[in-house]
Amino acid sequence: MTRRLLGLALVVVALALFPLGAGTYPVKLLQEILIWGLFAMSLDLLMGYAGMVSFGHAAFFGVGGYVAALALAKSPGLVSALVLPAAAAGLAALVIGYFSIRVSGVYFIMLTLAFSQMFYAYAFQVSWLGAEDGLVGIPRPVVPVGSVSSLRGFHAYLLAVVTASALALWRIVRSPFGHVLRGIHENEARMEAVGYAVDRYKLLAFVIAGVFAGTAGSLYVQFNGSIGPDAFFWKTSGEALLMVIIGGTGTLGGPVLGAAAFILLQSLVSTYTERWMLILGMTFILFVLFAPGGIVGALRGRVGLRA
Amino acid sequence: MPADLFAQALNGLAYGVLLFLLSVGLTLIFGMLDVVNLAHGAFYMLGAYAGLSLIAGTGNFWLALLLAPFAVGLIGALVEVSCLRPLYRRPPLDQVLLTFGFIYLFEDLVKWIWGGRIRSIPPPDLFSGSISVLGAIIPSYRLFVIVFGLAIAGLLWLLIERTRLGAVIRAGVFDAEMTGGLGININFVFTAVFAFGAALGGLSGVIAGPIQSAYPAMGVTILIPALIVVVVGGLGSLKGSLVGSLLIGQAETFGKAWLPDSYMLIIYVVMATVMLLRPQGLFGRPLK
Repeated sequence: MTRRLLGLALVVVALALFPLGAGTYPVKLLQEILIWGLFAMSLDLLMGYAGMVSFGHAAFFGVGGYVAALALAKSPGLVSALVLPAAAAGLAALVIGYFSIRVSGVYFIMLTLAFSQMFYAYAFQVSWLGAEDGLVGIPRPVVPVGSVSSLRGFHAYLLAVVTASALALWRIVRSPFGHVLRGIHENEARMEAVGYAVDRYKLLAFVIAGVFAGTAGSLYVQFNGSIGPDAFFWKTSGEALLMVIIGGTGTLGGPVLGAAAFILLQSLVSTYTERWMLILGMTFILFVLFAPGGIVGALRGRVGLRA
Repeated sequence: MPADLFAQALNGLAYGVLLFLLSVGLTLIFGMLDVVNLAHGAFYMLGAYAGLSLIAGTGNFWLALLLAPFAVGLIGALVEVSCLRPLYRRPPLDQVLLTFGFIYLFEDLVKWIWGGRIRSIPPPDLFSGSISVLGAIIPSYRLFVIVFGLAIAGLLWLLIERTRLGAVIRAGVFDAEMTGGLGININFVFTAVFAFGAALGGLSGVIAGPIQSAYPAMGVTILIPALIVVVVGGLGSLKGSLVGSLLIGQAETFGKAWLPDSYMLIIYVVMATVMLLRPQGLFGRPLK
């Protein structure tokens, strides 16, 4: 436990120092990886721990993003940047989750997918959300301790938020609550029979995942300065799933690695060839076929480490 | 009935029939293999592009309509044998994710071969004009789509309800393992059903070509309405697929005419209503 925390601290320090030795482009890539990594981690809480495969996780990413965009345009403070988006995404997750957790498996996939597409259809058509073009020119928040408008300032702020979120998620999966989720994953009927209010646990997990996905969406808006309806599109959910699978489900750290693999593949391969989607698709297919444990699973198998 | 209302209804019917051709393959594959085939939209796209090339090469729409589904069915068979078959023992999610990977693969292949821009596909000469039905002017190709799609629906019904092969498929949908135990080569039936479903997806792509043109994102775009049809009609139900398609076709077409600002939402409202009142879909088997 302490060794793990120590390892995590080392990683965070290395990530924090990264902008000192790297140019603008690599730093931006790293920032993108951190944001998508948080999004993928939040999905992993659902998939890897509670065993709920959602194909509509983009709904919360998008809600967080749009709420942040609207709020930051009005008053660029931390409440607009972090509190409101997370709360709104959590609320959306409460509503969607309330209806979705009644079903499971394929129906759960379809229902979550449809709900997120509903958001997409709405954002695509209404003018107050900028319709097709989305919302642009969003200012970054004003943070009490320093400026986040510079590359390095934003990096420190982003890393702090993502690290705090990761620690929170880590705490959650290790708590008694997290163990109940794993129990539901293993054998839902038994957990029910033992006396756990399974639906309430699932709903709470769904809301927590939504809150962190919303935070990721908000960070994405602050990073990009804009957001469009594509944030809600089902491919966004699919990409997050892809990151979780490539990295390794039920590991929290894996999805961040998966996000890194995805974004590096997308940006590096695309500089050499236009065919990055082809390579991405094939990589993904190979992972599903031959390495269902993802990068983390493969590493564990290689080194003989156990979870 | 005002003529333009009637024209709208016919347009909705043509779109609904198109959705049926697409979703019936999806629902067959799900019913038999328990796989939600997210790459089904990709088969639709492949069908449209194969049709485009075949029409350009042979100058004959009907030949393309016949051959393109075969090509797509073959690709489907390859996908099933090489990638899906090893996954049947794994959790069902793995299969869904695998098909998600194929979306990227096929979409990029199409961009590679045919380029990324929109390509229009001409309707066959026989149906290139418009005709007037009860005062409503509609492209004759859409009438052809309606008749053709309903004929395919009838043939499918005959195939599934009245032939030995159909009996095997129905048995497989009901209980694949037991069917295998009775001496049916279930592996072969799985491949055949997947290929057949893919071919139907390809067929709908060729049919859609003259109406919607061919573009790389067409598969990703149509997949969601097709999935909604399947959910509304009931997973694995042929009848549900037909009724769901016609319902969604009308909802979308009239929505576009009457609520141009929010028509995209309508099909989700239809779906949410059905899911809340009847979670298994209109004709689905009750949920456990």
